[in-house]
Amino acid sequence: MSSTEELVPRVRAYVLSNFPVADPGAVTNGASLMELGIVDSTGLLEVFEWLRDEFSIEVADAEMVPDNFDSIANIAAYVGRKTAAG
Amino acid sequence: MVLGARGVAEFLEASAARSPDKVGLVTGKTSYTWGALDAWANRIGHALRAKGVGRGDRVLIFGDNSAEVAVSIWGALKADAVFFVVNAQVKAEKLAYMFDDAGVAAVIADAALATAWTEACKLAETVPPILVHGAQTARAMEMASAAGVPRVESFAELVAAQYPTAPARSTIDVDLAAIIYTSGSTGEPKGAMLTHRNVAFASWSVTTLLENTADDVIIGVVPLAFNYGLYQWLMTVRLGATLVLERSFAFPVAILQRAAETGATGFPGVPTMYALLGELKDIPVQPLTKVRYVTSTAAALLPKHFEAIARWFPNATVYSMYGLTECKRVSWLPPADLARKPGSVGVPIPGTEFWVVDAEGRRHDRSAEGELVVRGSHIMAGYWRKPEVTARYLRPAALPNEVLFYTGDYTRLDDEGYLYFIARMDEVIKTRGEKVAPREVEAALERIEGVRECAVVGVPDAILGAAVKAFVVLSDEYQGRYTEKDLMLRLGQMLEAYMVPKQVEFRPSLPKTAMGKIVKKGLS
Repeated sequence: MSSTEELVPRVRAYVLSNFPVADPGAVTNGASLMELGIVDSTGLLEVFEWLRDEFSIEVADAEMVPDNFDSIANIAAYVGRKTAAG
Repeated sequence: MVLGARGVAEFLEASAARSPDKVGLVTGKTSYTWGALDAWANRIGHALRAKGVGRGDRVLIFGDNSAEVAVSIWGALKADAVFFVVNAQVKAEKLAYMFDDAGVAAVIADAALATAWTEACKLAETVPPILVHGAQTARAMEMASAAGVPRVESFAELVAAQYPTAPARSTIDVDLAAIIYTSGSTGEPKGAMLTHRNVAFASWSVTTLLENTADDVIIGVVPLAFNYGLYQWLMTVRLGATLVLERSFAFPVAILQRAAETGATGFPGVPTMYALLGELKDIPVQPLTKVRYVTSTAAALLPKHFEAIARWFPNATVYSMYGLTECKRVSWLPPADLARKPGSVGVPIPGTEFWVVDAEGRRHDRSAEGELVVRGSHIMAGYWRKPEVTARYLRPAALPNEVLFYTGDYTRLDDEGYLYFIARMDEVIKTRGEKVAPREVEAALERIEGVRECAVVGVPDAILGAAVKAFVVLSDEYQGRYTEKDLMLRLGQMLEAYMVPKQVEFRPSLPKTAMGKIVKKGLS
């Protein structure tokens, strides 16, 4: 069980190391990763793979919405909910 | 074809005059009426004029799908200028190349992409004025100022200060309307030049075959930077219909929900999207019964794609189409022929014709294989500042003031003249519905220190259609100093995401011909 506060830095570290980011300062935890052009649809598949490997989370199709994945904060909150529920 | 004779900005003006209060564009939670869109485009036109943009000048619009990008296209046309929309994934180096190659007079840029455009300004020989839009405008302007980039200002502020009435125009329909950069085998992007007449003709032809009306509500998920996405908007404006513009297809469930909410009637996609839709399970969305047509291009539709379309769009007629940026669209398969002509991309779009020429240069209208040649008013005016390449693709026709488009596609015509695509004569990889020129990826790899030689090929991939794969030979002192992932990340900083190889394989050497040319055959 991890709290969202603990998860944010972990998700952030993953995003910044896995995707090419020229200006980490622009990537606030609430910023849209799509709008910033950091994660595209293929990148999203990599995020799902990471969630599977790191947290044993299988993302359901119905969960694949911006509210769960479009920012570092959203991903962390999603992971928090899933791990709490599991 | 009178509409557009004084430029295709007439499309917007006619739709605004006909139905000023009707919604023409929806982005996110915001709807824009035709009257508001026309007034906004007029203000943008005046703003561009204020920045010194004149007739025939190039305006570069840099960003993902958004209302600002969509309306700036018309703002540029209102200013007698030539627009080109550049995909948000384009990196600084290529952007700088475009600034200089096209001699850009003004840039309208998304603030979220400030890193790329400020860097491009440092690399480019001439730095155009930049109008910035989006939530992060203030931050982007600070960043540009810190980087010493001059002439950057807020798009919203400048545009709001202008008159909403139309600027006087002098465009005629043989003038250029747009440039669309396309990947070539040379590794250097080529700008296909489209005239107002090209746009007016192609938009007439395609809306005719799709039997579009002003009542259509079209889902726009394909980027406006690509001609397939761009034309959804150009056709919507021509029709006075409604476009529901989405940033991307990254969240397919959200797209289906939007299509349901907005009562979408048209869904233009690519096979990769239909493959994703086919794999969705247990999602809270009902089939979209109001969608009356679905279009697809970029690759052949397979049985699994048809199944996905039948599941989500049970009442839709399927139009499988085939196109090239140089002429927008080449062919369509009439829906009645879908079962009878599997794998075919069909017949010429209305008002055009095509044939193949064999190795001896003889014309065949059926039962033959060869290079596809296209004839019609949709053929581009040439490649921007590339007369030699233009001469390869545009060749003389029987009439002195006409050219034929030699497509560079190797194709087959059956006994009824239906078209089948075989291969790009110069081996472009189609992945995720987008084109990747191996040479462009190789050129980027070769710029990485320690890469001795490389070869980029397409390999079959269940989801992407084809995946980009790079074979790399490192120089001796760099052996073991890069992982596969390192190279992918480096390429990610240089290339659009879809061009970055999904697989990298290190090899001690690559097979070569006696002349020292790398042999790609057998690499996979």
